[in-house]
Amino acid sequence: MSTSAVNEPTYKQAAPARARPVDALILLALMLLLWQAVGVWTSGIAVAPPLPTLAYLVNLLQTSLFWDNAAATLEAFLIAFAISAVAGLALGLIFGTRPFASDVAEPILSGFYTIPKVTLYPVVLLVFGLGISAKIAFGVMHGLVPVVLFTLGAVRSLPPVLVRTARVLRLSRRQTMLWVLLPACLPDIVGGLRISFSLSLLGVLIGEMFSSQRGLGFLLVSGIAQHNVLLSTSVITMIVIVAIVANMAMLHLSRRLTHRSK
Amino acid sequence: MTVSMSVTEPHVELKGVVRRFDGPPAVHAVGPIDLTLARGEFVSVVGPSGCGKSTLLDMLCGVARPTSGSVRFEGSDLNGEVPPGIGVVFQEDSSMPWLSVRQNVEFGLRTSGLPSAEIKERVEHAVSFMGLAQFIDHFPAQLSGGMRQRVCIARTLVLRPRLILLDEPFGALDQQTRLLMGDELLRLWRETGATILLITHALDEAAMLSDRVGVMSARPGRFIDFVETGWPRDRDSRVVSDPNFGALTARLWSSLREESLKTMGRAS
Ligand SMILES: Nc1ncnc2c1ncn2[C@@H]1O[C@H](COP(=O)(O)OP(=O)(O)O)[C@@H](O)[C@H]1O
Ligand SMILES: [Mg+2]
Repeated sequence: MSTSAVNEPTYKQAAPARARPVDALILLALMLLLWQAVGVWTSGIAVAPPLPTLAYLVNLLQTSLFWDNAAATLEAFLIAFAISAVAGLALGLIFGTRPFASDVAEPILSGFYTIPKVTLYPVVLLVFGLGISAKIAFGVMHGLVPVVLFTLGAVRSLPPVLVRTARVLRLSRRQTMLWVLLPACLPDIVGGLRISFSLSLLGVLIGEMFSSQRGLGFLLVSGIAQHNVLLSTSVITMIVIVAIVANMAMLHLSRRLTHRSK
Repeated sequence: MTVSMSVTEPHVELKGVVRRFDGPPAVHAVGPIDLTLARGEFVSVVGPSGCGKSTLLDMLCGVARPTSGSVRFEGSDLNGEVPPGIGVVFQEDSSMPWLSVRQNVEFGLRTSGLPSAEIKERVEHAVSFMGLAQFIDHFPAQLSGGMRQRVCIARTLVLRPRLILLDEPFGALDQQTRLLMGDELLRLWRETGATILLITHALDEAAMLSDRVGVMSARPGRFIDFVETGWPRDRDSRVVSDPNFGALTARLWSSLREESLKTMGRAS
């Protein structure tokens, strides 16, 4: 028995209080202050200050220009994220349950993860052309690997005794997968999805900035090209808000899952 | 539980069981072992650490196949599969961290097809039997190692197994709790009529609980001695003050001492 010889129940303290609303407000105020400082410092050439931006943003949100481009980004992003999540999960489970395959795949994937994927962009354009498929491909290039690596790692660190327990309880392969493997790996998988979410979005936006006629990335670049600082800053603001909210939601989810299991 | 089969047929029978691991390094872990458990018998196994006790248990329940030799349970050969009627508590903590105590114990019955009222009753009975009633809605991370092990025992009990295999289940407990858990185990054994095989490193525990104690050699583990305790069926932990108890533990220790020395010599 590897556990320490304790018999009295040891109540682990509840997870330390997370960012309280006050902290969040202070952080928000600091960010706005920084934003204002950068705006003043660059005399409004690179970044517009917060107040005019927010006013512009309110107007922008009532135009179809914004929503058409947002819809284009959303469509490409959702497809890219879905492909990353489903394919990443499947590949992670396949590699993770086959030691030899994972020994081969892991260094390759980690290597791919670290190279700047922008360098591959011309190749993607040659293969997929200028449309939505190139944006999706770029999103998947960024978003797939973290899901595979996190899933693979989670499967490999699954305690073997849980698999033996499944066999002793006479569970089928399917039941073992659904009732033991998946829940045991879920916190790590959600962690991988959270990273993949940000990176898929990044990939799609970069794709739009490079070579598309639609999408928020395109809108951002055209704002910069037209010296419309308010437009580009507004688009950035929107993207940042969406990314932060989505990230917080997923962080909350993964914390809920890990709070129970650790 | 009614036992309809003939009393003479062994409940479990191992013949010439050997287990080797291919490695590298190749390890001859166990055997050859011959072992017969009678129905309703309480047998303990002691042996130096690393001698192959857990490996033996894996083969007894069908999780692992012997390299050679055969394992029979209730008259049929195990063929790399765990038959119904065997309950196992592994040495490592095997509670599911994402499930509460109640859900962990229920987990054993997920495929049973029993009505939910029956499941609820069995689960609550097993949980209070293991002294965990107050903790039924806790998660494993909120429990001590010994309590988690009890969760695993409860998960096994709800299956009402006819053969119960326990691998050092009280290792994480202090001495007093260990004696009391031993009493509970004896009560359970009498109530269910199950056959029990208990692996332990505590000689006094083996001497107090069992009908028979098997002593294993250093690796490759083989049985070098079997000691009948001769206790009545309605015994409890108070047998430790029986005049025979000291002689029993002394006999076990004299068998085991040399083997443990071998293990130490090998390790250093
Ligand atoms: N999967 C395995 N692969 C290789 N060797 C193993 C494996 N499992 C156990 N062994 C070896 O078999 C021997 C017996 O192990 P084990 O049955 O766990 O001993 P015990 O439970 O008596 O302490 C040990 O030397 C161990 O290193
Ligand atoms: Mg062991």
